[in-house]
Amino acid sequence: MIQVSRRRLLCALAAAPLARVAGPAAAAGPAAAAVGASPYRKLLVVVELKGGNDGLNTLVPYTDPAYYALRPKLGIARDAVVQLSDRAGLHPSLTPLHALWSARELAALQGVGYPQPNLSHFRSIEIWDTASDSDAYVRDGWLARTFAARPVPQDFAADGVVVGSNDLGPLAGSRAGTRAIALSDPQQFVRRAALAQPAAAAGNAALAHILKVESDIVQARSHLAGSHTFDTAFTTDAFGAAVKTACELAANPAGVAAIRLSLGSFDTHVGQAGTQARLLADLARGLVTLKAALTELGRWDDTLVLTYSEFGRRPKENQSAGTDHGTSSVLFAIGGRVAGGFYGAPPDLADLRGDGNPRHALDFRAVYATVLDRWWGIDSRDALGGRYEPVPFLRA
Amino acid sequence: MPALPRRVARFAVAGILAAAVPAWSASLPMGEADARHLLSRTGFGPTAADVRTFASLSRDEGVDRVLAATRTRVTAVTPPPAWTAETGPLRPAAAAAPEERRDFARRQALRVAELRAWWVQEMLATPSPLTERLTLFWHNHFVSSQQKVRVARLMYAQNALYRSEALGNFATLLHAAAKDPAMVVYLDSAQNRKGAPNENFAREVMELFTLGQGHYGEQDVKEAARAFTGWSLDRDTGTFLFRPRLHDDGDKTVLGRTGRFDGDAVLDVLLARPETAELVVGKLWQELVSPVPDAREVARIARAFRAANYEIIVPVRELLRSAAFWAPAQRGALVKSPVDLVVGALRQLDQSPADTRPYALAVAGMGQNLFAPPNVRGWPGGDAWINSNTLLARKQFVDRLARSDAVVMELAKAPAAQRVLLPIAPQLPSPPDADAALAIRTTLLDPAYQLK
Repeated sequence: MIQVSRRRLLCALAAAPLARVAGPAAAAGPAAAAVGASPYRKLLVVVELKGGNDGLNTLVPYTDPAYYALRPKLGIARDAVVQLSDRAGLHPSLTPLHALWSARELAALQGVGYPQPNLSHFRSIEIWDTASDSDAYVRDGWLARTFAARPVPQDFAADGVVVGSNDLGPLAGSRAGTRAIALSDPQQFVRRAALAQPAAAAGNAALAHILKVESDIVQARSHLAGSHTFDTAFTTDAFGAAVKTACELAANPAGVAAIRLSLGSFDTHVGQAGTQARLLADLARGLVTLKAALTELGRWDDTLVLTYSEFGRRPKENQSAGTDHGTSSVLFAIGGRVAGGFYGAPPDLADLRGDGNPRHALDFRAVYATVLDRWWGIDSRDALGGRYEPVPFLRA
Repeated sequence: MPALPRRVARFAVAGILAAAVPAWSASLPMGEADARHLLSRTGFGPTAADVRTFASLSRDEGVDRVLAATRTRVTAVTPPPAWTAETGPLRPAAAAAPEERRDFARRQALRVAELRAWWVQEMLATPSPLTERLTLFWHNHFVSSQQKVRVARLMYAQNALYRSEALGNFATLLHAAAKDPAMVVYLDSAQNRKGAPNENFAREVMELFTLGQGHYGEQDVKEAARAFTGWSLDRDTGTFLFRPRLHDDGDKTVLGRTGRFDGDAVLDVLLARPETAELVVGKLWQELVSPVPDAREVARIARAFRAANYEIIVPVRELLRSAAFWAPAQRGALVKSPVDLVVGALRQLDQSPADTRPYALAVAGMGQNLFAPPNVRGWPGGDAWINSNTLLARKQFVDRLARSDAVVMELAKAPAAQRVLLPIAPQLPSPPDADAALAIRTTLLDPAYQLK
């Protein structure tokens, strides 16, 4: 009987390729910035509202008769909205965000979209994730491209972490030197990561991808051990759990440049009211918890949170008490250095396009340009494939 | 162990020679490397015994044998749960007590978990693995999800439909899938009424089921949606029902053709377009051959597909007999899906679990929750199967499965066991003092084990 212990196997595996562990670090070479100076000490948290969130019922134009005419069933009554101005108010489920608004830490970016909008979920989120023109097909995500051009320091746990979702969105990228990690629970990740082994990249594209992921795991693992205990109480819904993971990552001294959370599905073709109310309530509670925990860590002033969605929904409700795919929508920017207020312009419901959807007021790439140029202070032109004027929603 | 890379190299050379001289090689015994390749692409995790059986056949004979098994297999060999035969109302009445509605939802969640375990069992037991592969392929093409449908028996009925037409006729399948009750719920067809269109099904049938993006316009979606009005469900029986009074019977113009189209007529308009066959053949290529289809070959096979009135076996046979399929560069070029990995590892490690529920859960944990694809486009597959989260779940699964010495030693007894496990040379060096069992475990944790 031959005895084979699992430990022996792991030891044997671990011993063999040690020399290669240094590979990725060496490859980055002089491009890797000194740690203290890196712009990526400032954290970006992007929150994808999957399925196409209805912007019109997120930030409600409660004085516009056209809104109530288009939304006989789904319109949110004037006395139910959380009034932010004499024209616009939040969905009642977003009541917890009012504290952020009062603290001038919430920017409502209105009418964000792009020319020649695509109404397919998949194509439109691809356009958002890759920051491409409507008719251009780009492989890598806008954050992955940014990190490839301006590398995140090697002592970071990873460039970006995708929490609780298997698609990498804006962090999807194939280039050497970028490191995106997907996980749901950091502790479980560290336990399992012992099974990953770096090996020399060789062979076909599928193999190269697997070897790169193994190498990213090995590097992230060495940084993510240990956990942080918060005084802040996290909510127990799925989004609350993802927020907790984001906060644990933010607490880790090794750092990550970007975290992507997601929530959904907002694809409310039928019976929209209940679904959107539940999801927006999860969102608002999660964002308020995020602020509390990051404030506890002293990191709220170094954090920018940005929501996004592949599109808004059609202003005219359908006959199923739902809404069909639309175009531009409202985004939120939240953080200790956000200059709260309204940006862009609300949809002009008296001037809809032929398909019944609003024209966009603000290109989503101008929002990304703000993140790159103003938040991280790195030139946005290459990553975005053009010059977009940043939106002044950040304080100096 | 040092002999392994040499053997692999010899196989690769044999592959190159064979690919260069297809005319006569087609009638020669294909050998173990080709047998392994054919079986791993058309089935789940070939065993050493499977490989030996096919090695003595020629490539054409091997393909024919794989396809012959699909001809008779149109139902599952594993008996489905008894409740799948239930008839009657789909859901508790609107007036039902809240407890009754809660119990109903809980029961449906348990049932779909049973269904997942049943399907994994069928994949292990079937005499025609290609039938299950293509049933899964159609599940990922004509997508519906229990997360929206919420009635397990409808998900079962849809699965049975996809199995019965797995290698049947695509036109028949398209018409049947469009009216399948789970699909009617999933893409809101029952909400699509005259004067109050819901475009969900009309858009997805063009974008995902037939033409693909860029081959239709927004106006086509609107017009087609009118043609599909009136398609509905009988809530008392759970069967498809056409409601003439909700149907818009006016003229519609779809893709340049005008008529008083109903839904079936629009599907026929879509089937008449070359893009439909090309989309399906391109997806079959990615399922069977390689991640990047060869456009010229796809166009050729798509023409044959249409000429054969959409008999699915035609493009499948063409793809399996193509030079591209057998090319050495395509060995190990596809990432195993979670189903490939879990069902394949169970087969290769000769495991016949009495309870397959944990394995259905393992598949879900790797990102492929059967009967619940993430959205109407289905699982993207390919490289997207692998990220840090899913790769670690895969390695942990294999590691646990291989923890039993008895299991690993049994596998190690087979001659050249490692060559059966990996499509290409191992990426990790074998531990210097490895005995047979440790060598097998190292092989199972090798990155190349994630490929097929």
